[in-house]
Amino acid sequence: MTNISSLHVNGANRSVDADAQSSLLSVLREQLDLTGTKYGCGEGQCGACTVLIDGVPHRSCLTPVADAEGKTITTIEGLAHGDHLHPLQAAFLAEEAMQCAYCTSGMIMSAVGLLRTDPSPTETKIKDALDGNICRCGTHPRIVAAVQRAAHSMRGGAQ
Amino acid sequence: MNEHANVPLAIEPERYELREARAYVFDLTRRDLFKFLGAGALILCASSRATALQESGRGQRRMDDMPKDVGAWLHIGQDGKVTVFTGKVEVGQNIRTSLSQAVAEELRVPTSQIRLVMGDTLLTPYDMGTFGSRTTPTMNLQLRRAAAAACDMLKDLAAQTWNVPRGNLIAADGKISDQLSKNSATYGDLLKNRELAQLIPDQDPLLPATEWKIAGRPLSKIEGRDFVTGAHKYPSDQKRPGMLYGKVVRPSKFEAILASVDTSGAEKMPGVIVVRDGDFIGVAAPSEELATRAAAAIKSEWSAAPQPSSKNVFEYLRNNPAARESSNASPQASSPTNAISASYNVAYIAHAPLEPRAALAEWNGDMLTVWTGTQRPFGVREELAAAFHIPQESVHVLMPDTGSGYGGKHTGETAIEAARLARAAKKPVKLVWTRKEEFTWAYFRPAGVIDIRASVDSNGRLEYWEFTNFNSGGSGLNTPYAAEVRNEHFQPTKYPLRQGSYRGLAATANHFARESFMDELAHRAKLDPLEFRLKNLKDDRLRAVFEAAAKKFGWPHGKKSPGQGFGIAGGVEKGGYIATCGEVAVERGTGAVRVVRLVSAFECGAIVNPDGLRNQVEGSNIMGLGGALFEAIDFEDGRILNAAFSKYRVPRFKDVPVVETVLLDRKDLPSAGAGETPIVGVAACIGNAIFDATGIRLRSLPMVPNGLKLV
Repeated sequence: MTNISSLHVNGANRSVDADAQSSLLSVLREQLDLTGTKYGCGEGQCGACTVLIDGVPHRSCLTPVADAEGKTITTIEGLAHGDHLHPLQAAFLAEEAMQCAYCTSGMIMSAVGLLRTDPSPTETKIKDALDGNICRCGTHPRIVAAVQRAAHSMRGGAQ
Repeated sequence: MNEHANVPLAIEPERYELREARAYVFDLTRRDLFKFLGAGALILCASSRATALQESGRGQRRMDDMPKDVGAWLHIGQDGKVTVFTGKVEVGQNIRTSLSQAVAEELRVPTSQIRLVMGDTLLTPYDMGTFGSRTTPTMNLQLRRAAAAACDMLKDLAAQTWNVPRGNLIAADGKISDQLSKNSATYGDLLKNRELAQLIPDQDPLLPATEWKIAGRPLSKIEGRDFVTGAHKYPSDQKRPGMLYGKVVRPSKFEAILASVDTSGAEKMPGVIVVRDGDFIGVAAPSEELATRAAAAIKSEWSAAPQPSSKNVFEYLRNNPAARESSNASPQASSPTNAISASYNVAYIAHAPLEPRAALAEWNGDMLTVWTGTQRPFGVREELAAAFHIPQESVHVLMPDTGSGYGGKHTGETAIEAARLARAAKKPVKLVWTRKEEFTWAYFRPAGVIDIRASVDSNGRLEYWEFTNFNSGGSGLNTPYAAEVRNEHFQPTKYPLRQGSYRGLAATANHFARESFMDELAHRAKLDPLEFRLKNLKDDRLRAVFEAAAKKFGWPHGKKSPGQGFGIAGGVEKGGYIATCGEVAVERGTGAVRVVRLVSAFECGAIVNPDGLRNQVEGSNIMGLGGALFEAIDFEDGRILNAAFSKYRVPRFKDVPVVETVLLDRKDLPSAGAGETPIVGVAACIGNAIFDATGIRLRSLPMVPNGLKLV
């Protein structure tokens, strides 16, 4: 079996020692201590494990680590620049768009992917983009509001 | 593992929740505590039972020996930092935030100076558990009292130090100031090199809600930044040096007995440790994937007796009664001839917390430490002590803020499994249940059958009310409406699946049946459903939420387009009053049902954190949609058939309607909990709206798992 020895995560090359078929999720969490990416279902149904690979949201639980080799991986830990939160992180705080917050990382990463391709999404577009992410606490309306707030801010509007 | 099928009531939900608290046995001396916490002030709040036992009714007394029965305590250090210790836990209800507000209010410090240590069996006083919406009415009060006493103590100290009258002192922003002498000192400065301790009973005066300045206003989630940056470590994120990952081999069915097992395949795998202890089979390995492969390599055969299925579960419950319990029976009266009756069904549903059960266990000699997601850390400590035949003092359970529970994380099975594996591996072991395990081996919200028979007189008043709940439970059993004759029963039965607590307990089932039937009675009496309810209501607080919800919603809703329908439902539970109005759209042809709008009015006394409360009410409405419309556990002969999010449908963004919330703030009333009650009106309100749209009465939850069959 081939092994993967390096991943490019959050702007740095990181050494790993993983079977090519291991899930990206398990390598991020177990070997790199990037536990902001969550396990929720293991079948790509809940979105808690969402990360960006070359800027595109992927379910890391279903992604063999070999598929991410040589690509740019961004996890929730890589979004903020020092003390400066990503506008989506700031918007989730401003809208109090969380309760237990276990889904929050995946929601934010999915939303980053959405705003990258559609900087001014309608409410329907936001719901479509996030429909694969489960929130059991029922904060959906606040999450939609947070994405709208972040979109506004990223277009240059006031937070 | 599951002995319940033959032992009814083993974990009947209400009884399960209301287990009597044991007195907290405090092992530390006062000196130990100061050694641990550093100099400063220590305030201990007696639990109400301890207070009742005290001979003296005086407000404060100094003590050298630690009391035996403490509900909560707080410490103010020489740096002015306030540390609060409570056995309650944070599962997303944001109680860490609202308890911090309560302390900040009474102690007059910014919330940024307060840290809560929660649900740690070594550091916090005994607590029965975080459930039943009890934290706000109990712990909030205890902490406010402790904080108020601390503030008084600091004023006494300043008055002595400066030799000034105490009455002129003002506490604000973590400082005591004297208006006349212009003296001012931070709490930390006043406490330099001092060790002050006080035990307070729970009758200390508190600030009335009308004078709250910090409580009663919105406050963002404490440590919210850690949650949006991925920094917060949930139970499943915990790690210890040398840690292994665990996996348990599950039986083929519920109630199954191990017939044979061959573990040789797993034992050959390098680094894998196999544990076999009775019917428990598990593995520990250096990675989760290896542990999963090793568990899969174990060949096991199980035998089990035939078991009921979801297809015949309601028949099963009705035909298998256990000892009857009456809860509210008028003298027997036969039902009037004009009485009508109906039966309602409620399916088993799963909590499906997004973070599955998880535990990390570590042995140090005979001492066991477990980090786990549970609503009952002290209960889990008991379970661990019993499972390993060790004293409770040898077990330390810690509960990091967890990825939700909804009543589903009361038990300690994952902690026990992780600890069993760790003992064999002689290394720390983390066990995170898979989604399939969570859907299969956790417990469920009980299924139930509810029979109602009632009559209404010619003036539209209830005269006879008979209500029997089979299995799902007694919460919310009693009608808030004034009926002349009432017979209300909870009938325990045998039950086919492991069942337990769930957000709102049986109140959702009982309100679904009662409020649907009230709608049926209103239509029979040719009265508007709201008018009929108000006519039969004597409770002003319930009336107020009905009127507030109706006003915001625009009830009665005049114009109806085809397929549009409106419904209303409400009730009282756990000290909270809820009314919910809903609008649905039923698509002609396909029969697809969409909930368009939900408007709730909620009142739970004085509001501590309005935005946190709003979040809980909105969340209850959205969670309630699932059980109302499509959530159901499908099972057959001891197996769960839909143990995955791809097969068990939970509410998603496209299911979520416009949700509006009206909060009634009763500053003259004590604060009640709010995490549960707002869920109870959702299902009936939607069912009533579907009837309004189509004339079809749906009496079984979930109502439209596959859309509506239009005739």
